[in-house]
Amino acid sequence: MTFFKAENLAINFGGVKAVDGVNFEINKGECFTIIGPNGAGKTTIFNLISRIYDSTDGSMEFDGQDITNVPPHEIAGLGIARTFQNIELFEHASVLQNLLVGRHCHSKTSLFAETLFLPSVRKAELAHREKVEEIIDFLDLQHYRDSLIMNLPYGVRKVVELGRALCTEPKLILLDEPSSGLNVEETRDMAFWIEDIKRDLGITVLMVEHDMGLVSEVSDRVLVLNYGRMLAHGSPQEVQNDPEVIKAYLGG
Amino acid sequence: MRFLFKTEYDQDIRIAKHSGYVWSYGALLIVVIVAPFLFDEYYVGQLTHLYIMAIAGVGLMLLSGYTGLISLGHAAFFGIGAYTEAVLTGKGLSLPFMEEPIVFSFFLSFPLAGILAGIAGIAIGIPALRLVGIYLAMATFAFAIIIEEVFSRWESVTNGYTGLIVEAIEFGDMDLTDGRPFYFLSLAVLIAVILFSLNLLRSPTGRAMMAIRDSEISAQSMGINLARTKTTAFALSAGITGLAGALFAHKLGFLSPESFTVLQSLELLVLVVVGGIGSLHGAVFGAIFVLSLPQGLAILKDYLPVQIAETPGVEPLLFGLILVWLIIFEPFGIYGRWLKIKHYFQMFPLYKKSTFKRQKSYMKSERLR
Repeated sequence: MTFFKAENLAINFGGVKAVDGVNFEINKGECFTIIGPNGAGKTTIFNLISRIYDSTDGSMEFDGQDITNVPPHEIAGLGIARTFQNIELFEHASVLQNLLVGRHCHSKTSLFAETLFLPSVRKAELAHREKVEEIIDFLDLQHYRDSLIMNLPYGVRKVVELGRALCTEPKLILLDEPSSGLNVEETRDMAFWIEDIKRDLGITVLMVEHDMGLVSEVSDRVLVLNYGRMLAHGSPQEVQNDPEVIKAYLGG
Repeated sequence: MRFLFKTEYDQDIRIAKHSGYVWSYGALLIVVIVAPFLFDEYYVGQLTHLYIMAIAGVGLMLLSGYTGLISLGHAAFFGIGAYTEAVLTGKGLSLPFMEEPIVFSFFLSFPLAGILAGIAGIAIGIPALRLVGIYLAMATFAFAIIIEEVFSRWESVTNGYTGLIVEAIEFGDMDLTDGRPFYFLSLAVLIAVILFSLNLLRSPTGRAMMAIRDSEISAQSMGINLARTKTTAFALSAGITGLAGALFAHKLGFLSPESFTVLQSLELLVLVVVGGIGSLHGAVFGAIFVLSLPQGLAILKDYLPVQIAETPGVEPLLFGLILVWLIIFEPFGIYGRWLKIKHYFQMFPLYKKSTFKRQKSYMKSERLR
């Protein structure tokens, strides 16, 4: 069953074709990975899906809805959450506040009610907090609840960012290099979490990743990009043995 | 040391996190209520002025400290509030189809002053949506210059440089805009504005504002409408500053465009930065600093050798030096220092200097700006 579909997706920055006619489909409940050498356009595809960039051509469909022209702040409400390659957390806020921002797309309180902190706001806040606590338990973040992000080590920030994305209760989660900057042990944890996200929470995963160990362990299908074009497409093993892919990575 | 055991989520939502808050702020409240009966009129006036500046400081703090939008034009909103108040309670609102101008009572004109300043805030906020950092500062600066010009040229309303006398407000047989009654009025407005801001900051809109300050791109991906949140921040900030302006009009008793120059905008920005950017305490500390430093320097002058004290420009020099010193050694302002002192006593004798050592931030190369 097609859950997310990108058709002929393309974007140019001036004369540079960063993404050039990419087609792919993601099925519900799978882990789909995009790999490729640096500058292949992987993160650009993420930015296109989260609508930070406007595509120059092509269309995207998510859960039966065309999202090619949806405003960027509505993407989270539709059920697509993301993390960033170079962690974009709210540095001067605590872990708890960061995770609560993840609940923003579900908050419906009015500004007036908020400034007076009416009982309805308190009730909504408590409900958000309960949801956040579920994620804190899921990712073992209990210890860091009240720490400021700027005082946390890189590995923990990475997990907090994953947690923030999960707090939006997404149907599709985009992970931009979840293992970059993590040590071997942390990468192992990340692999387990991605498995759990897929299996226990039933969230479809789209990720960009360089660590082939992690890729072949968790992903069901892999798409290889090079210079904005699709190079290969298939299971992790198929892709790794594809002569075109080997050529793109090793040259020759 | 205090160990806080949390047994319910509500403990993280409450304004008073533990009994210490109730005791210390209760004591402070008693002090400020008793103060006007202990000090003579001059100091009561100074304290009133302090509260008015603190209100304006809270207004600017919401925008610059919490949403991360630097405004160099808050004197404009301050002035709009002041002139609205002076005109509505003085000669009144006269429209072409009316025979008599309507003179508003204070309880109507005061909120209107805030609302009008808030609308002006939206008017500058919407075109400024695409601007960040130094460019936004320039746009708001230009706006303030335009408004200053409006104050001086729109003579039929503002009386231009001739000035506008602000009518005193009588409530019963009490003059609401002088002495103790005015002190309590300003204090009440300050407390209301702080509570209002605290509520805002612990609810989704306040968190959205802080999210925008720290990372616009991820705020957007979390479902925060940047345009709406920034405009809201501008409107609230301008509105609160307008309220402060309305009180300031009564404090001065006489308005002229010279009261709302770019220097006033700068003073407000200095207030929030020195007080401690990103904290409501900072707005109050900053107001204390801005008001008491010139006075402190004037007193200090008496103790300096005559040759130094009589040199022109000593006061601005010292003011500047203290400012530079503060910015270098205490980037989080007086509130930052306050936290350290508080921590020292809480941890005594285990305080470590390195607790507050600043770490280098990780590089942000993927910022889409």
